[in-house]
Amino acid sequence: MASYETFEYDVLIIGAGGAGLRAAIEAATGDLKVGLVCKSLLGKAHTVMAEGGVAAALANVDERDSWRAHFADTMKGGQYLSNARMAELHAKESPDRVRELEAWGALFDRTQDGSILQRNFGGHQYPRLAHVGDRTGLEMIRALQDHGIHQGIEVHMENTIVSLLKTGDRVSGAFGYEREKGRFKIFSAKSVVLATGGVGKAYKITSNSWEYTGDGHSLAYHAGAELIDMEFVQFHPTGMVWPPSVRGILVTEGVRGEGGILKNSEGNRFMFDDIPELYVNQTADNPEEGWLYTQGDRDARRPPELLTRDHIARCIVREVQEGRGSPHGGVFLDIAWIKEKIPNAAEHIRRKLPSMYHQFKELADIDITEEPMEVGPTTHYIMGGIRVDADSQMTCVPGLFAAGECAAGLHGANRLGGNSLSDLLVFGKRAGEYAAQFALENGDIALEEGAIDEIVQHVLKPFDNPEDGDNPYEIQAQLQEKMQELVGIARSQENLTQALEEIQSLREKADNVHAIGNREYNAGWHTALDLDCLLTVSEAIALAALERRASIGAHSRDDYPEKEEADVGKYNTILQKADDGTMVIRREPVPELTEESQQIIEEMG
Amino acid sequence: MAKATFRIWRGDAEEAQFVDYETEVSEGMVVLDAVHRIQAEQANDLAVRWNCKAGKCGSCSAEVNGNPKLLCMTRLNDLPLDQPVTVEPMRAFPIIKDLVTDVSWNFKVKEKMKPFTPRPPDAEDGTWRMEQEDIDHIQEFRKCIECFLCQDVCHVLREHDLHDEFIGPRFFVYAASLEMHPIDTENRLEELKNEDGIGYCNITKCCTKVCPEHITITDNAIIPLKERVVDQFYDPIKKLFRVFKS
Repeated sequence: MASYETFEYDVLIIGAGGAGLRAAIEAATGDLKVGLVCKSLLGKAHTVMAEGGVAAALANVDERDSWRAHFADTMKGGQYLSNARMAELHAKESPDRVRELEAWGALFDRTQDGSILQRNFGGHQYPRLAHVGDRTGLEMIRALQDHGIHQGIEVHMENTIVSLLKTGDRVSGAFGYEREKGRFKIFSAKSVVLATGGVGKAYKITSNSWEYTGDGHSLAYHAGAELIDMEFVQFHPTGMVWPPSVRGILVTEGVRGEGGILKNSEGNRFMFDDIPELYVNQTADNPEEGWLYTQGDRDARRPPELLTRDHIARCIVREVQEGRGSPHGGVFLDIAWIKEKIPNAAEHIRRKLPSMYHQFKELADIDITEEPMEVGPTTHYIMGGIRVDADSQMTCVPGLFAAGECAAGLHGANRLGGNSLSDLLVFGKRAGEYAAQFALENGDIALEEGAIDEIVQHVLKPFDNPEDGDNPYEIQAQLQEKMQELVGIARSQENLTQALEEIQSLREKADNVHAIGNREYNAGWHTALDLDCLLTVSEAIALAALERRASIGAHSRDDYPEKEEADVGKYNTILQKADDGTMVIRREPVPELTEESQQIIEEMG
Repeated sequence: MAKATFRIWRGDAEEAQFVDYETEVSEGMVVLDAVHRIQAEQANDLAVRWNCKAGKCGSCSAEVNGNPKLLCMTRLNDLPLDQPVTVEPMRAFPIIKDLVTDVSWNFKVKEKMKPFTPRPPDAEDGTWRMEQEDIDHIQEFRKCIECFLCQDVCHVLREHDLHDEFIGPRFFVYAASLEMHPIDTENRLEELKNEDGIGYCNITKCCTKVCPEHITITDNAIIPLKERVVDQFYDPIKKLFRVFKS
């Protein structure tokens, strides 16, 4: 029998980005013992990368804003596939969640009268994003971290969970390893919150780090939870494209919020050429109106550069495919042009977008106050994920909760910028609160130790595999190539079917990868173990994409360019693990909107 | 494609040495790219921390050709590639393996510091009013990505190993961000003077020079804190005032 250390908690939180930290803080408000496990050091999670801001209808800049407007914008941005109850809770509660951060030390940029400043962002009718220059995520995670470390939460840094543990139907803990020595740990818990973020590492071009391997999605799926709408992967329209080593790194939407424009190689502002019907009334029809909007003119309509991310990404792909791209296969994003409009433009840009200035200067030798940037789509976020109850964030597995990017429901077919940071706060808090309540109401649960030997054997297998087994990095790279090529922005039945076959054959190879060295901080071994999760989420994305024979939101099918099959109507795709271990998919109709929701949407249109 | 040699520190606390790896390099590459390529192709078990790869998370701190750097922001075309590029872990912290060090001391230091304690809200909705110009300088401190390069280069920690008596530049920046926060009500000067050892800093500004976020650590954080400590504890008039008060 393998040796391991055991830790006992009332509530175990897996993941320490915005959602995990917020859940841990909430769960720890009573006398409960809370454990927090994270793959990296505390404060390094992906939330730190978020730039533009956190969406909350504070109405500090424009008093016309309200939770109703935010709700309507979110539903519309998600093409009405979002869970309306989640969208409502999110819109109602995010202002409080943002204000609370100030009580914990966060310092957002200010308005003239000293309250929290808000900026424009794609798909939001009013300036709604509370921000700190272009480093909002850092401010948020630091505020949560610095508050959280005084709440009695036990933190396990650089620990990875490889399996959830169940006793009967109920979740009872998790099994993992610590990076430093490779020692095994068992966490027993009355309730578990997954807050592990996204799946970006399934793709070659991504803004996500090594951690983003779909761990929570995979852990939940294998524990019997459902995954919903996994086909909706957000390709952020503006990632860096040059030099090759930085390809995929994010260029914040804030650049466009501050007046940045998109141009093709012919110097044409191509976004004016294709404005979706749903947004025609809200979009400027000339450059001057668009500029005025970014400068706070309340009568102006937004420039087409601030349409939703799915649409802009597709337009960029079209420009490149039709030969009007930039030299390195992107398009131009120009903020330097605003010097025609305002004095001291260079200084203004450096103040509003300091980390973008820094990033391009240091990584690409480009001065964004002088020259345009080259940008193209990058895998950024997954709207789909673990299916949860809107109020409690509990999955169909008793005691198992999920929040943040790994959970799903709020964003439907496309997420609006700024809505993920608010998602983390609103639903992180709720998950922590309800997980604590579940722990209190349901009491102790014994671990079933029988399952553990099998997990240990699986985890150590890469060391035992023959030395001529594949290199784990090689398999990861092959998977990323295939997902990029076959399950990217433009999809088809032929490609998706092929993708599923490729994933199957990579799974066999992954089973035989060989890890060299020993268990101490061994990146190759960790990569081998992460492959399990990556393959699970890749299959989920491809299978769901094959099932949805339509183009809607972030999911585009070349063979089905229409929004939905006429006679099928609107549905969510649901994935679950069958008894025989295969992944099965079904459709469920999107629940009908309540009369009130319907009314708000019509009113706020 | 051109090739370059990277001389990477391999091993753990008991045994370690530099190992040379030759790998292909191309336009725009940073040191972290080369380390990753070596890891994927030649040394799968090579330990290196990284996350964002854009200078925003502060994970990949190490020493490149002897200089404390973020591996993800150090471009190869700024280095002489006709000789081996040395890449080694931060030397002010105990090594775990290869390029990874045990930085847990930093987390413990922060936990011991007095947390942010706001005054009662200014408005009925529980919010505060703050002027942008009053928070500009604290926002500079809050840019810190906790890469700990300033700790690595500080001679009080690196050469004199005074980790028990001195919190280091990172946490003076943190203390400054709290002390100068317009709505914080706590006083941390006594700790700064005694347990935190601010007196050990002799303002050589090494920390400021290596900060990848370009925070003017010494001038804007440490010196003003030193002045506040002097004002509170050594100012003769205030001292006299305190005598009368007590």
